[in-house]
Amino acid sequence: MQVDEALVRHIAHLARLRITDEEARALRGELSAILDWVAQLEEVDTDGVEPMTRVVEMRMKMREDEVTDGGYPDDIVRNAPMREDHFFVVPKVVE
Amino acid sequence: MQKTRAKRAKGGADDAEARPRGDIIEGATGPWEVVIGMEVHAQVTSRAKLFSGASTAFGGPPNAHVSLVDAAMPGMLPVINAECVRQAVRTGLGLKAKINLTSVFARKNYFYPDLPQGYQISQYDQPIVGEGEVILDMKDGSTVRVGIERLHLEQDAGKSLHDQHPDYSYVDLNRSGVALMEIVSKPDLRSAEEARAYVTKLRTIMRYLGTCDGNMEQGSLRADINISVRRPGEPLGTRCEVKNVNSIRFIGQAIAYEAQRQVDILEDGGEIEQETRLFDPKSGKTRSMRSKEEAHDYRYFPDPDLLPLELDQAFVDALAAELPELPDEKKARFMSAYGLSAYDAGVLVASRRTADYFEAAVTAPMPLPTGGGEAPGKGKKEKKTGSKTGAKAGGKGKGKAKSAGAGGAKRDAKVVANWVMGDLSMHANAAGCAIADLGIAPERLAGLVDLMAAGTISGKIAKDVLQIMVEEGGDPAEIVKARGLEQMSDTGALEAIVEEIIAANPKQVEQVKTKPKTLGWFVGQVMKATQGKANPGLVNQLLRDRLEVGEG
Repeated sequence: MQVDEALVRHIAHLARLRITDEEARALRGELSAILDWVAQLEEVDTDGVEPMTRVVEMRMKMREDEVTDGGYPDDIVRNAPMREDHFFVVPKVVE
Repeated sequence: MQKTRAKRAKGGADDAEARPRGDIIEGATGPWEVVIGMEVHAQVTSRAKLFSGASTAFGGPPNAHVSLVDAAMPGMLPVINAECVRQAVRTGLGLKAKINLTSVFARKNYFYPDLPQGYQISQYDQPIVGEGEVILDMKDGSTVRVGIERLHLEQDAGKSLHDQHPDYSYVDLNRSGVALMEIVSKPDLRSAEEARAYVTKLRTIMRYLGTCDGNMEQGSLRADINISVRRPGEPLGTRCEVKNVNSIRFIGQAIAYEAQRQVDILEDGGEIEQETRLFDPKSGKTRSMRSKEEAHDYRYFPDPDLLPLELDQAFVDALAAELPELPDEKKARFMSAYGLSAYDAGVLVASRRTADYFEAAVTAPMPLPTGGGEAPGKGKKEKKTGSKTGAKAGGKGKGKAKSAGAGGAKRDAKVVANWVMGDLSMHANAAGCAIADLGIAPERLAGLVDLMAAGTISGKIAKDVLQIMVEEGGDPAEIVKARGLEQMSDTGALEAIVEEIIAANPKQVEQVKTKPKTLGWFVGQVMKATQGKANPGLVNQLLRDRLEVGEG
C-alpha cells in the first residue's frame, strides 16, 4: 500500500509530532514498506486461530478495592512547567 | 415548537404502523419522527480507581487523589480493580445482558490537557457486557423496550477549570482514572419523554444494584445523546451527537431543540451534517463543537499493558445469585402480593429505600407492641450503608412478605401505599429529604394505619397525628391517648351535640328540608364542636335520622 505525504502529515498531527518536509518524504517510504509487510503477513490463513496475547499462560492480575495510593500532590505537579495551588496550569483550552 | 404527542391506535380501522409512537414534529412538508440513542457514562461505585489505588472520593484538594499511574508518569503500569469488574458484571446482569467472559482493554488515542496518558484506556470491539434491555413504564401506562447495545469499562479523564485565569486553564487529575461504565443503547427511543424515562430507569436500576450512585450534580451520570429525524417508516437519518448532558431536564431540552433544528434544515432542503454538538443550558440550544471532529480518529488498539480480561462462568453466576431484587421484579411482586395498581407499585419502587419502607410498614406485626420508646431514627440509618448491606436488606424484604402472609391479620397495603405516596411524600418534600429519612419508623406508620382501620381515630385526625409524629416523633397510639384524640363514637354524647346545634340553628333546619345537600353544614358544626373527633359516619347517620333527610 502506498502512503502519500498528506496521510503522513495527518498521522503526525494526530500524534502531535512536528515533521519537516524531508522527514515526511522519508516516512512516506517507511510507512509504505511497513504496510506492505503487514499485507504480506495477511496472506497467512489464520481462520480459527486465537490471537496470541501472551507468551506464558497467565491471567490478568487484579487488585482489591482499597485506597493504597495518592495523597502527594506536591510530587504530582513537581515536573509541571507551570503550576499553582497544586493545579497543572496549561494554555487556555475552552470550547 | 410544533410538537404533538402521537395518539396510539386503539384498534379500529387505523393502521398502527402509520402512527409511530413518540414525538412527531409536524413540519410544513409533513410529519417527522425523532430517533434517539444514548451513551450514558456512569461512574462505578468503588473506593479506588479502575487501574490504580488512588481514592475516588468526590472533591478533595487538587491532585490529592492522584497516583503516579493516574498522572501517567513514565513506567507506571495499570493493575485492574477487581471490584470495578464485579460492578460492571452486576450492572450487565441488571440490564439482562450477555456477559462476555473475555473482554479486551484498548487505547483510545487523543490529546487533551486533562488526559495525561494521551490515551484513555477503554474497551473497543470486545466489551465486558453485550446486548441487554431496559423496560420503560410510561406515564400513559404503555411500556417501551429499549435495547442495550453494550456496556464497557473505561477511565474517566481529569477536570479542566477555565475560570481561574484569563489566559490559562487549570487541570486537576483527581477524577483521572476513576472507573466509568459506558452504557450504549440502541436507537430505540422516540421522544424526549422516553429519553428521560430511560436515564431515570437506568439510574434506578444502578442504585438498586449499588453500582453507581446516579448523582448527576457530581457528574456520576452523564449522557451523550444521538439524535436524528426521519419520515415515519423510512431509514434512519443522519445523526448528531450532543455531548455531556448532565441533568434529566437538560436531556429533554437538548432533544427538543436539536430535533427541531434538524427538521428546519431538512424542510429548507438542506442536509444534516454528522457532527458533535454541545448543549448550552443557559440558552437551551445546541451548538457545533468543530474542534472535536478531527479527534474522532482515535486509532484504537489493544492496550499492551493489560492482558485480556477473562472471567469464569462461576464468577458471573455467584454475582447473579447475590443480585438484589430489581425494580421490575419488585413492582410485579408488589402488584401480586399486595394488590397494588401498576401505577402505585411503579411509584413506590422508583426508590429502593421508599419501596423497602413501604414493605416494612405493610408487614410490621399487626398488634403494635405498647410502649415503644425506641428512637425512630435508629432503624433508618442502617439502610444507608453500602451496597452489600443493601443487597441483604432486599433479601430480607422478600422473606418478610412471606411471613406476613402466613401470620394472621393483614394490613391494607393500598392504604399504606396511599400514606407513603401522599402525606409522607408531602412531608418529605417539605423537609427536603427522603421518605425513609423523615424519622418515622415504618412500624409507627403501620400503627397509625391500624388506629384508623380500627376506628380509633378518623382519617382527618390521623393526618394531624402524622404531623405531630413528623415534628415531635413518638408513637401514634401514645399521641392519640395522651392528647385525647380518640374518635367519638358514643351515640348518646353525639346525639346531645346534634340536638344543641339543631336547637340553635332553626334557619338551617328549615333550609335542609328543601336542600338536602346543606346537611354537610351540620356535619361541619358537629365536627367543630368535637374538635374533629366525632365519627363522621355516625354523625351523618344521626343527622339524617333526626332531620329526616334521605340518602344522597
